[in-house]
Amino acid sequence: MASHDAHAHGHHEDHHHHEEHFISKYIFSQDHKMIGKQFLMTAVFMGLVAMMLSILFRIQLAWPGESSDFLSFFLGEKWAPNGVLKEDMYLGLVTIHGTIMVFFLLTGGLSGTFSNILIPLQLGARDMASGFLNMLSYWMFALSSIIMLISLFVESGPAMAGWTVYPPLSALPQAVSGSGLGMTLWLVSMTIFIASSLIGSLNYIVTIINLRTQGMTMTRMPLTIWAFFVTAILGVLSFPVLLSAALLLTMDRLMGTSFYLSDIIVGGEMLTNHGGSPILYQHLFWFLGHPEVYIVLLPALGLSSEIIATNSRKPIFGYKAMIGSILAIGFLSFIVWGHHMFVTGMNPFLGSVFVFTTLLIAIPSAVKVFNYITTLWKGSLVLTPAMLFAIGLVSTFITGGVTGIILADSALDIMLHDTYFVVAHFHIVMGMSAVFGMFAGVYHWFPKMFGRMMNTRLGYAHFWVTLIGAYGVFFPMHFVGLAGAPRRYYDYSSYSEFDNNSFELMMDLNQIITVFAILAALGQVIFLFNFFYSIFRGPKAPQNPWNSTTLEWTTPVEAIHGNWPGDLPTVHRWPYDYSKPGASVDFITQITPLEEGEEEH
Amino acid sequence: MENKLIILLVIVLGAIAIAQLVRIYEISAKLRKTGEHEISSRDNNLNGRMMFIFMFLLFGFFIYLTQAYGWTGRGTAASDEGVEMDWLLNLNFVIIIAIFFFTNFLLFYFTWKYVKKPGVPAYYYPHNNKLELIWTIVPAVVLAVIIILGLQTWGHLSGPSKPEAEKIELFSKQFDWTARYAGADNTLGLYDYKLTLDNNELALLTSNTIDSALNNMFNSSTGIRSLQKLLNNRDTIFSDSTLNVLKMDLSRKERLYRFLTQMKQHHNPKLDASAWDDIIQKDTLYLCKGQEYEIALRAKDVIHSAYFPHFRAQMNTVPGMATRMKFTPNMTTKEMRREKNDENFNYILMCNKICGGAHYKMKMIVVVLDKSAYKKWMDGKKKATFKDQYFPVAAAPAPAAPADTTAVTMN
Repeated sequence: MASHDAHAHGHHEDHHHHEEHFISKYIFSQDHKMIGKQFLMTAVFMGLVAMMLSILFRIQLAWPGESSDFLSFFLGEKWAPNGVLKEDMYLGLVTIHGTIMVFFLLTGGLSGTFSNILIPLQLGARDMASGFLNMLSYWMFALSSIIMLISLFVESGPAMAGWTVYPPLSALPQAVSGSGLGMTLWLVSMTIFIASSLIGSLNYIVTIINLRTQGMTMTRMPLTIWAFFVTAILGVLSFPVLLSAALLLTMDRLMGTSFYLSDIIVGGEMLTNHGGSPILYQHLFWFLGHPEVYIVLLPALGLSSEIIATNSRKPIFGYKAMIGSILAIGFLSFIVWGHHMFVTGMNPFLGSVFVFTTLLIAIPSAVKVFNYITTLWKGSLVLTPAMLFAIGLVSTFITGGVTGIILADSALDIMLHDTYFVVAHFHIVMGMSAVFGMFAGVYHWFPKMFGRMMNTRLGYAHFWVTLIGAYGVFFPMHFVGLAGAPRRYYDYSSYSEFDNNSFELMMDLNQIITVFAILAALGQVIFLFNFFYSIFRGPKAPQNPWNSTTLEWTTPVEAIHGNWPGDLPTVHRWPYDYSKPGASVDFITQITPLEEGEEEH
Repeated sequence: MENKLIILLVIVLGAIAIAQLVRIYEISAKLRKTGEHEISSRDNNLNGRMMFIFMFLLFGFFIYLTQAYGWTGRGTAASDEGVEMDWLLNLNFVIIIAIFFFTNFLLFYFTWKYVKKPGVPAYYYPHNNKLELIWTIVPAVVLAVIIILGLQTWGHLSGPSKPEAEKIELFSKQFDWTARYAGADNTLGLYDYKLTLDNNELALLTSNTIDSALNNMFNSSTGIRSLQKLLNNRDTIFSDSTLNVLKMDLSRKERLYRFLTQMKQHHNPKLDASAWDDIIQKDTLYLCKGQEYEIALRAKDVIHSAYFPHFRAQMNTVPGMATRMKFTPNMTTKEMRREKNDENFNYILMCNKICGGAHYKMKMIVVVLDKSAYKKWMDGKKKATFKDQYFPVAAAPAPAAPADTTAVTMN
């Protein structure tokens, strides 16, 4: 459709039509809407790869040692001889699955996509503060994604030290084959990813502070923007620390320094490194790693706030408290990283401090949950697919959040640390919640992104399969963990040698989990089809399909450069005037001036 | 090959099936003549009801799982510390399960109850400070209780052990465990990783082991002397890369040799005794019921984690850093077998920190004996101390060959 424009108007300086060359419109675009879509497409692809990897290792866990054509089809003779997954590749799959999901899908995909699309549109800006940096941010993200994918194909295998890549394992190629070239590529990819994330975040912050339209005070911003704002600040403050951790690791690997290495004999070779501390890496890593959880989660919570308010036809309950809790969560997320390290040999007193700060986070989280629930109360709920996913998010946020209370308790963490209980916990609270938030966002803002509607019925089918599949995967996982199963184990058959009850429990549950995982993965095909089909063939979207109050729905359906054809809109009220008493319709857009004698909420 | 084709075929057919599905939906949507953004009240009610039904399924699934697998699938805790922890875990579980049921119920119930009904407007209710105060303070109070109880237990678990605790060291490497009992003096001998040799795998520090390490570093077939000989041999020509590797190897070994020499100069021979009487034990770790253990942890290559699921004890082993833990077993293996009704049951020590390909195989059987059986076992072991293993002839310790110190000056 676009190609004829590209040829006809390729190099014209035509101010009336704004026709652009194919390359500058679709590839090296500086338009925030296009960049957002590029982030989304890349992230969807990366997410698919990571999901696929998880299915591969789930097959091994459910039917250990059994030959599977599925495995040999995807991994070939080298990594799955006779259809049985190799031990090393199992670790490689787990590592890359985690890395892609956390960074490339949930950080790049969620914050990258929706910050880009929504920040200018909801603030009334023509574009991001710097379109060029924004473009650079996407292309660095794309480059890092490609490098990460390439690392799956190198001869010695991808990084295999778990997504946290703790040294010394990740520093010593003698210890595991993936710590050779695979690990180098991992570090290169992540370094570029961090640069991309930093540029993006700085851009978001500057745009939010400087480019709000007239009348758009900070306390009239939708909660989505608040969430993106705090997320960007967290990213700017924490990602550089991960970069420093990665740099020191690179130096240990390549230049013989001893930041993380001390007194090691590996592969029969006595190393001379002395005085380093692997714990230092863990401190640096988790100083990013914990805020990262909220970098992933806050945008999802922001999106769902908006979607729940719109589809409840009610203002979000406790707008100020919601902002307060976002800020509180953002602040606290920086002083809790030690709860990942209770059993690493960290000073027990320091551990107690982290217990205290970590459990404090439960308070703003509880406030958010109750505010969502109260927003639903006495609402007039329109259950669009986006709304269902947003409600699903609240449910998983609760279910995954409460087990966090147990893991934050250092005394209980001793027995649950690094077991499947942890895996279940963070997959529900971070994985499921963020993915649900992302799906909710895609269904809700699809009309804004592509000017067309997605199929609602398929959306419902997708939601139900995903909800049931995902709970089916991660709910039983708690019980595997409570039975004591360590994570990152290739095979639990050895339990039969010493504890038959636990062995049978684990085998049972692992099969249930894998079946649900396959079901949930197949469910995503419905989404993919709906998504791509609707981009080209979906029915045309009306300007404001969900009867929403925020600014993005005042722009024309056909996305244009600069977002608004004439002057930028002026904002007169907060974004949550739904079902306001005395109004003739159940929503009043932000650009509607206050009536005579009307009070702002 | 055939199966691969079938897999490919299934994928393709699946895609086609979905394509057909979409076409049907597309046609049905055209027939309905409403936009995708207009949710019919039929769809609305159906999904609302399904959400409520889903809640019961979720709760039912949870209750089923607790009934079928129990919420601590490891069964009874087998240590004093574990009993205390299990009590705290159960208390926490009661609290979080109550929250889980309560909030999920409200969420799904409201979703069903307040689904859009024609003519019923939503209730404009932007905020209520009192309510918000309540759900800030109530969680804060509950958390205060959790924090106080948790930290008390943490204090007990991570605090120092009693002086009479028996000392054991657990040594981890890819991919097995070795235990070292402190012997008659209940003092673990010192160690230094540079002393590692085939006959001193745990690198214990004695005058003899320093000497043999020095000797080995200099005289062994890959030692400094043969490397120097190799590099000085004018008849052989190496490629640049090989030459580089050899030179690096030589300089590494010379550095280690220098450290060992310094160690020898500063070594206090009085310390030897505490190492000689240590007892090194592979394969199975024997413990005594009711005896508190102070466990020192050590790693040779990468981080491992000593994890005793049944004693509810865990601590990482970190290269270059000493870590510790303590626990008191309170049930013998026999008693636990009876309790579990499983004749083949055994306690286990597992590795619980990713450490390489065979991580999942890295374990050690643990046997808890009663006092008399343990004493009997220990008495037998005291005849096979580190000293007895180091000098297998059972003769008096022969002084190790003095290292060739004059050769060093050559460098």
